[in-house]
This record gives sequence, structure tokens and C-alpha cells, in this order.
Amino acid sequence: MNQMVTNEQSKQVNDSVLGLFWAVLKRDLMLAYRRKSDLFNPLIFFLMVATLFPLGVSPEPEFLAEVAPGVVWVAALLATLLSMDSLFRSDFEDGTLEQTLLSPQPLFIIVLAKVLAHWMMSGLPLTILAPLLGVMLFLPSEGMGGLMLSLLLGTPTLSLIGAIGAALTVGLRKGGVLISLLVLPLYIPVLIFGTSAVQAAVTGLPLAGFFALLGAMLALGVVMAPLAIGAALRISVSG
Amino acid sequence: MSEKKNWMPRWFYQLASPRWSYNIMGKLLPGFAICAALLLIGGTIWALMFAPEDYQQGNSFRIIYIHVPSAILAQSCYMLMAVAGAIGLIWKMKVADMVAKSCAPIGASIAVLALATGAIWGKPTWGSWWVWDARLTSMLILLFLYLGVIALHSAIENEATAAQSSAVLSLVGLVNIPIIKYSVEWWNTLHQPATFTLTERPAMPAEMWVPLLVMVIGFYCMFAVSLMMRTRNEILYRERRASWVRELLEKQ
Repeated sequence: MNQMVTNEQSKQVNDSVLGLFWAVLKRDLMLAYRRKSDLFNPLIFFLMVATLFPLGVSPEPEFLAEVAPGVVWVAALLATLLSMDSLFRSDFEDGTLEQTLLSPQPLFIIVLAKVLAHWMMSGLPLTILAPLLGVMLFLPSEGMGGLMLSLLLGTPTLSLIGAIGAALTVGLRKGGVLISLLVLPLYIPVLIFGTSAVQAAVTGLPLAGFFALLGAMLALGVVMAPLAIGAALRISVSG
Repeated sequence: MSEKKNWMPRWFYQLASPRWSYNIMGKLLPGFAICAALLLIGGTIWALMFAPEDYQQGNSFRIIYIHVPSAILAQSCYMLMAVAGAIGLIWKMKVADMVAKSCAPIGASIAVLALATGAIWGKPTWGSWWVWDARLTSMLILLFLYLGVIALHSAIENEATAAQSSAVLSLVGLVNIPIIKYSVEWWNTLHQPATFTLTERPAMPAEMWVPLLVMVIGFYCMFAVSLMMRTRNEILYRERRASWVRELLEKQ
């Protein structure tokens, strides 16, 4: 009897954690959906940055094909960074963040759900849009699969790392430039392996190693980053 | 309370008192300063005048006596900053926050020194000032991390919040340290592998690596001196309303 009761309770806890995750995810997605300009601005920025390179450096197809992996990755990285500042800002301004921190629910789950929602609104559309940029920059078609898969594995890591910077600067009025100073150095390893994966795909080299490294970074980020984000939010809000 | 076991040594808790830390650092300072001066002057003379020439690089290799100590120290300084930040977060020690804050500018300037000496050494050896290899890039990231910590600290006005925020950031940046350490082993790079390891004898003859060791220890002593001076200043500034600081100032 006793055993059964404990089982029941643990199931309930499990349900509530999962329910919490879904509730936060749904709320953030709905908020993002209702402010559509925030949704599209990073995407437009992504397209525009990629347009600058043919116009600013050289429109030669051979040259563009060579730099395409790096350009698409850098553009995706900057677009993610641009959207990062708004992750906690509106919640902080209307007091929702304070209530979230005061609630008895595990902050780890809430933060993870918020970052996932943010990634679905920035990283995922960027990944889907990437082949278009690849075509614009004459990326050989063998590289498309590598490009999309590397972005699919890399952009969630970018969102997780960027959220740490967003959480640290949420209480500051001029967080915009500061957040890029804090986050860009940590983005560099993701950029290196993401670009290398695409280049390997273009030249037909084995890809598994790069994807394993990107996946390892994502796994580490999912486990560790929410802890840092939670701690940073508590510091920013209480200070 | 008496049942709870105190597993940290007593001096660790005494360090939490700014006054005690200020005094103990004042006592340690002259010793470290003398050691640093002797080791650095002696090491420099030994390295530049008596150490043998490298059979491939000639005299240009002698920059190793600045480059290697500063590169080692830049990483140690980052680890110290992160550990001090963690102590500040966990035990809420003000002095640990002040140590972490004082580490950042020193570490940044040492990282610049390591990068600059590396560039000067790279020109005659590799034929270019800068190569985008793994060791150099990860060292550059270390410098950026220092700059980020300094920027974050100066952007937040509340000292306690600033210290906690920068502690979180420096702990996150700690992932870069193993990348720097193993970058020469994981990737095929131009940069040579580590000069010193704890387990093996250096590949250089003793006449070459002993002065290098002297310089490394000298750099650590110099770092200790400048860190203690900065931290003492920081303690005085942050505790300026405390009565013992006023008494100290009135005595002078």
C-alpha cells in the first residue's frame, strides 16, 4: 500500500514537471506568435547579412562557393545573437520573471522550455532558410545536407549559450552591446566546428566526427547551461 | 551547531574578514616582492646571457623565457578568477569577490603579453605574425573572455551583483581552459606542444629549461605581488566606511 502511494506521488511529480515544461513552452510560443515582427526580424537580418558578402567582397561564383559555409554560419550566429536580448527582457519588465523565480517550480525546467521556445522561433527558421542562402552563395549541392544538419545541431547550442548572456544582462538598460561581448567568445568553438562540417560535406570528407562534436557541445549545453542561466537570472533580478 | 563538522581549515574562514586578509597580505607582500625581483632579474640574466643558443632558431628562441611563463600564468590567473568567483558565490565571501575582480585586469594584460610575444616569436620562426591555429585562437578567446568579464563588471553598478554576475560568466568561460591546454594535442597545429609537463622530463637540455623554470616561478611571484596590491586597494576602497580603515588612514 505504502509502495503504491509513493509511486503515485512520483508519477504526479513527473507529470507536473512535464506539464510545466509544456506550459512554459506553449506560453512563450504564443507570445512570439502574437508579436510577429520579432519573429521575422532576425530572419530578414540573416538574409541581408548574407547579401552583403557578394556585394561587398566579390560576386565571383568560385569565391562565393568557397566562403559560403562560413558566411551562412556567421550570419546565423549574428542573427541568433540579435534575437537573444529579447529572451528575458519583456518578462523582466512586466514582472513575470520575478514571479517565475519566486514560484516553487524547478527553474531548470522553466529555463530549458524558454530556451527551446526561443530556438524554435530563431534557430529552426534559420536552419530551414539556410539552403536558400546556400543557393544564393553558390554552395555546391553536396554541402546542403551538411549545412542544414550542422545548423540543426549548432543553433540550439547558440541559443543556450546566448541565454546565459541574456540572463546576465537582463537587469541592465544597455544590455545590447554587452551581451555580444560576453557571448561571442563562447560562440567561436561552435562556429569552428559548424563551418568545418559544411566544408567537409562540400569536399566529400567524413562528417560524423564534426557532428559528434557539435552534438557533444549541445549535450553539455543542455545539461549545464540552464543551471548557469538560472543562477544568472536570480542574480540579475535580486540585484 | 556543534555536531556539524567543520571540514574547511580555520584560515579559510578567517580569509572572509577583509581586515584579516588585508593584514595577512601586507605581511606576505615583502617576501613575495623580494622573491619576484630576485627570480626575475636572475632568470632574465641567466636566460639571455648564459643559456645556450637553439641550434635551429638561434637567439630568437630566447623570447620563450617571457612567452611561456606569461602563457601559463594567463591560464592560471583565469582559473584563480573562476575559483575565487565560485567561493564568492557559494560562501558569499566579499574578499573572494575582490580577488576575482582584481584578477581580471592582470590576467587580461598577461594574456596580451603572451599573444604579443608569441607574435614576435612567430615572425622569424613561422614567417608570419599571426597564424589561425588552435592554440593561438583559443588564447585569443581567453583574452576576449577576460575583456567580457571586465566589461560586465563595469556595466553593473551594484558591487555585489557585479561580482556574482562576473563569477557566473567566468565559471562558464572555464570550458575554454582545457581547450587551450589540449589544443596542441587534439589538432595538428603549427604551435609546438607544451614545454613543461608534470610527468615527463622536458625535451630541452637542463641549461635551457632551468632558467625557464626560474622565470615561471618568478612570474607567479610577480603575479602574487600585483594581485595582493590590487586586492588590498580594493579592500580599502570597499571597506572605506569601516572604522579600522579610517583608523588606518588617520595614522598615515
